[in-house]
Amino acid sequence: MPYAVSFQQVSRHFGTVRAVDAVDLEVEAGEFFAMLGPSGSGKTTCLRLIAGFEQPTAGHIEIFGETAEGVPPYRRNVNTVFQDYALFPHLNVADNVAYGQMIRGVAKAERLRDAEAALEMVKLPGYGARKPGQLSGGQRQRVALARALVNKPKVLLLDEPLGALDLKLREQMQEELKALQRALGITFVFVTHDQGEALSMADRIAVFNEGRIMQTGTPEEIYRRPKTRFVADFVGSSNVLSPDLTRQLGGPAEWSSLRPEDIRLGAGGGHEAQVTGTSFLGSATRVTLELAGEKLTVLLPAGSDVPAPGATVRFSWEPSALHLMGTEA
Amino acid sequence: MSTATIRAGAILPGRGGMGGALSDAFWRNPKLLLFVMLTPPLLWLGIIYLGSLFALLIQSFFSIDEFSGLVVREFTLKTYGELLRPSNLDIIVRTVTMAGLVTIASAIIAFPIAYYAARYAKGRWKAVFYLGVMLPLWSSYLVKVYAWKLILAKEGILTWIFDKLHLTFLIEGWLSLPVVGGNSLSVSLTGTFLVFVYVWLPFMILPVQAALERVPGNLLEASADLGASPRQTFTNVLLPLALPGIIAGSIFTFSLTLGDYIIPQIIGTSHRFIGMAVYAHQGTAGNIPLAAAFTVVPVVIMGIYLWLAKRAGAFNAL
Amino acid sequence: MRSDRQNRTPMGLKIAAGVGLAFLHLPILLIFLYAFTTEDKSYQFPPPGLTLKWFAVTWNRPDVWEALGLSVRVASISTVVALVLGTLCAAAISQTRFFGREAISLLVILPIALPGIITGISLRSAFNLAEIPFSFWTIVLGHATFCVVVVYNNAVARFRRVSGSLIEASMDLGADGFQTFRYVILPNIGTALLAGGMLAFALSFDEVIVTTFTAGQQATLPIWMLEELVRPRQRPVTNVVAMVVVLVTFLPILAAYYLTRDGDQISGQGK
Repeated sequence: MPYAVSFQQVSRHFGTVRAVDAVDLEVEAGEFFAMLGPSGSGKTTCLRLIAGFEQPTAGHIEIFGETAEGVPPYRRNVNTVFQDYALFPHLNVADNVAYGQMIRGVAKAERLRDAEAALEMVKLPGYGARKPGQLSGGQRQRVALARALVNKPKVLLLDEPLGALDLKLREQMQEELKALQRALGITFVFVTHDQGEALSMADRIAVFNEGRIMQTGTPEEIYRRPKTRFVADFVGSSNVLSPDLTRQLGGPAEWSSLRPEDIRLGAGGGHEAQVTGTSFLGSATRVTLELAGEKLTVLLPAGSDVPAPGATVRFSWEPSALHLMGTEA
Repeated sequence: MSTATIRAGAILPGRGGMGGALSDAFWRNPKLLLFVMLTPPLLWLGIIYLGSLFALLIQSFFSIDEFSGLVVREFTLKTYGELLRPSNLDIIVRTVTMAGLVTIASAIIAFPIAYYAARYAKGRWKAVFYLGVMLPLWSSYLVKVYAWKLILAKEGILTWIFDKLHLTFLIEGWLSLPVVGGNSLSVSLTGTFLVFVYVWLPFMILPVQAALERVPGNLLEASADLGASPRQTFTNVLLPLALPGIIAGSIFTFSLTLGDYIIPQIIGTSHRFIGMAVYAHQGTAGNIPLAAAFTVVPVVIMGIYLWLAKRAGAFNAL
Repeated sequence: MRSDRQNRTPMGLKIAAGVGLAFLHLPILLIFLYAFTTEDKSYQFPPPGLTLKWFAVTWNRPDVWEALGLSVRVASISTVVALVLGTLCAAAISQTRFFGREAISLLVILPIALPGIITGISLRSAFNLAEIPFSFWTIVLGHATFCVVVVYNNAVARFRRVSGSLIEASMDLGADGFQTFRYVILPNIGTALLAGGMLAFALSFDEVIVTTFTAGQQATLPIWMLEELVRPRQRPVTNVVAMVVVLVTFLPILAAYYLTRDGDQISGQGK
C-alpha cells in the first residue's frame, strides 16, 4: 500500500523566503494526520502543495503513489476544507455541496440527493435551500466539510478547521471530525497551530518550524519524548532546561525537558527554588519558580497547597520525567 | 452519497478537448493567461490612446508657418515661446485662478454634506445622501449647464427671487464691480464660477466623505474629552484626517476646471480660458502646434499637483 | 462646527448639509418646470403659463430623433467594448500580481483624469495624421476609451471579493479555469458588470467634450443640445430634450445603485 501522501525533499521558496525547506513527509493511508506549528512555519504551504495550489520549487510529491507535481488542483482527487470555508455566496447550501459533482456532470437529481445525504452526515439535514450568509460559523464549517466529503476524495485536507469556532463548539467538532474520519476511512490531513487540538485528534503529528519538520510521531511520542527544545516548548509548554541546569539537577550536561505537571512541590529531598509568581487556572494552579537564574513552571492539580510568592520551596520529580534531548537540541 | 461514482485514482484524467487543454496551459503558465487578458486593453489604451497623446505632444514642438498657415514639421520651442505672450499668459493665469477658487469653494460646500453623510446619516438617510450626490454627479453635464443658463438669465429665477426680496440692488452692485461683474450674471465671471462649482461639487463630496468615513467617531469624542473646544477639534483632528480626501477631490475639481471649454463659452465673458484657447486654435485657426502646446499646460500643472497629492497620501482616499 | 458630545446632529451642520443638497438638486428640478412653459422666446421666470404642446412638437422633430438614435447606438457599442476591456483589465489586475500593475491601473484612469479636451484633441489629431475620416466609429473609439474606467472600477472592487479562496475552492472541487469563470466568477461579478455597463452607457450617452472632436458632421444628442445652448433657436424643444435626458440618465444610475448596494458601492469618482 503506497503512502497517502509522500514528500521527498520538497521545497517551496517565495523569492528568498524558504516557506518549505527540503521536507520529507509520509502520511499513511487512512490515518488522521496533523501538521502542527506556529504561523509561518510552512505547514499551510505543505497543505497547499498537496492540494495543488502551490507547486514545489524542488522535490517530489506523490499522492497514493502517483506523481502530483505539475498536476492542477482540479485534477487531484483531493479536497480541502478552507480556513474561511470559502462557500460560494451566490449558491445555496445544496448547490454548494453539489458543486463538485455538478462540475463532473452528475445529473441534477442525483447530485442533489447526494448533497442532502452529505448534509445529513454533518448533521445539517434540510439546510439545502439556505444561503451561506444565513448560517452560523459552525454551520458553515459543516457545509464546507460536506462539500468536500461528498466527492469521496482520497485525501481530505483541513486548513485550521476549528480556528474560527468558540471553545465549546471546537471541542464538539473535534469529536465529530474524529468519528467521521473513522467511519469514512478517508485520510485526513489537517493543519493547526493549536497543540491541544493536534494531540487530541491526530493519529500522528508532524511539528513544523521555519519550513522544516522538527519531529514526526504519535501524540504520545511528541509529548513525552520531544526531540528538540522547540518541540518541547511548543507542544505543551514544557520546561526546557539548559545543559548547565540539567547537570545541576543531577542529570548529564544535555538539554532536557521537564513537564510542568510532572514536578511536585513540598516533598522532602529534591532541590530548592524561589517562588516568583502563581496564577489560578481553574483546574490547576501555575507556579513559577526561579532557580539559578532560570525559570521553571510547575502545574499543581486543583486542591494542592499553593506556596506564596517569595517563599522558598523544595521540588522534585520522578526520574523518568526528565527527558534528555542531547547536547545539540 | 451512495450512488456517487467511486474513483480509484488520486489523479483524475483531464476534461480533454480544447477547453481542457487551454485551461491546463493557463494553469501551468499564469503569465500566458495574463498576457491574453492584458493584450486587448493594452492595445487599445496603450497604443490608440497613449499614441494619440504622444502624437499631440510631438506636435507641440512643431510650429506654424505664418505666411502659408501650414504646419512646419521641425523641432522648435517657438510654439512654447508663444505661450509666454501676455495675452496667452493671461489665459493661463485666469484659468488657474478660476480652478483654484472653484476648488476652494467646492471644498467648503462639500465638507458639511460629506461630514453629515459620513457621521450622522444612518440607514435610509445614508442611501438618500449617497443617491443625492450620485444623481447630480451622473446626470447630464450639458443639462446642468443649461439649468444654470435658465437660473442666471436676466429674466430668470434668481433675478425674480431678489426682486421679490427687494434685494435687486445687491445683484446690480455686484455686477457693476470690475472683473467679476458684467451685463448679467450669465455673462459674468461670477456666473462661470458658480456653474463650475455646481458641476464639479459632487466630485469633491465623494472622496471627502470616503476619508471622513474612516475617522472613528470616538477619536472626536476623545478630543472633546481632552478638553478641546469644537473649533480646536475641527482644526486639529477632523481637518487633518479629512485632508487626503479634500486633496483627492481637488484633483478632480482642479483638473476638470482646467480643461473645460464649454461652461465659460455658454456662461461667461469673452475672456478666454485654456480649454477655449485650445478649441479655437485647433479649430478655426488651424494652429495645431499652439493648441497642443496649450494642452501641455494643464497636463504639467496636473502632473505637479498629482505629485504633491501623492506625497500627501491623497490616493488612499480615491 | 458645534460640539456633538451627545452624538446629536449640530443644527448648523444639518442646515449646511441640507442647503448643500438643495443646491445640487434645485437646478435640475427647474429643468422639469421649464419643459412645460408657454414662453418660447426667453427664459422668463415664473413661466407665464404651462402647456404640454412642446412635448408633441419635440416628438415630431426628426433631427431630435436622429440625434437620439445616434447617441443610443454609440453608447451601446461603447459600453460593450468597455465591458470587455474593463473586465479583462480588472481581472488581470486583481487576480495576479505582476510588475507594472500600477502603471496599468494608471493608464485606465488616465482618459478620465486628464481633461476631456486633451483626450479629444489628441484623438482628433491622431485621426488626421492617420487620415481616418470621422464616422460613427471614431465617436465610439473615443467614448469606449473613457468608459473603460467605469467598468474597471466596478469590476475591480468586486473581483477583490471573489479572488483568493473562492477560486481555489472551485478548482479544488474539480473545476478548471473556464468552469471556474463560468460558475463562480461570472455569477459573483455579474451585477457589478451590469452596474458598470449602465454607468458606462450613461457616461457615453451624456458625453460632449470628446465627442465634439471626434464626431465630424454627425450630431449626438449632447452635440445637438450644445448647438442649442450656444445659439438658442428652439428653446422649448431644448427644454423638453433636457428633461428627457435627465430622466434617461437617472434610470441606469438608479438601477446601478440597486444592483451594487448590498455589496460595494459604485465608484462614482471614476466618472
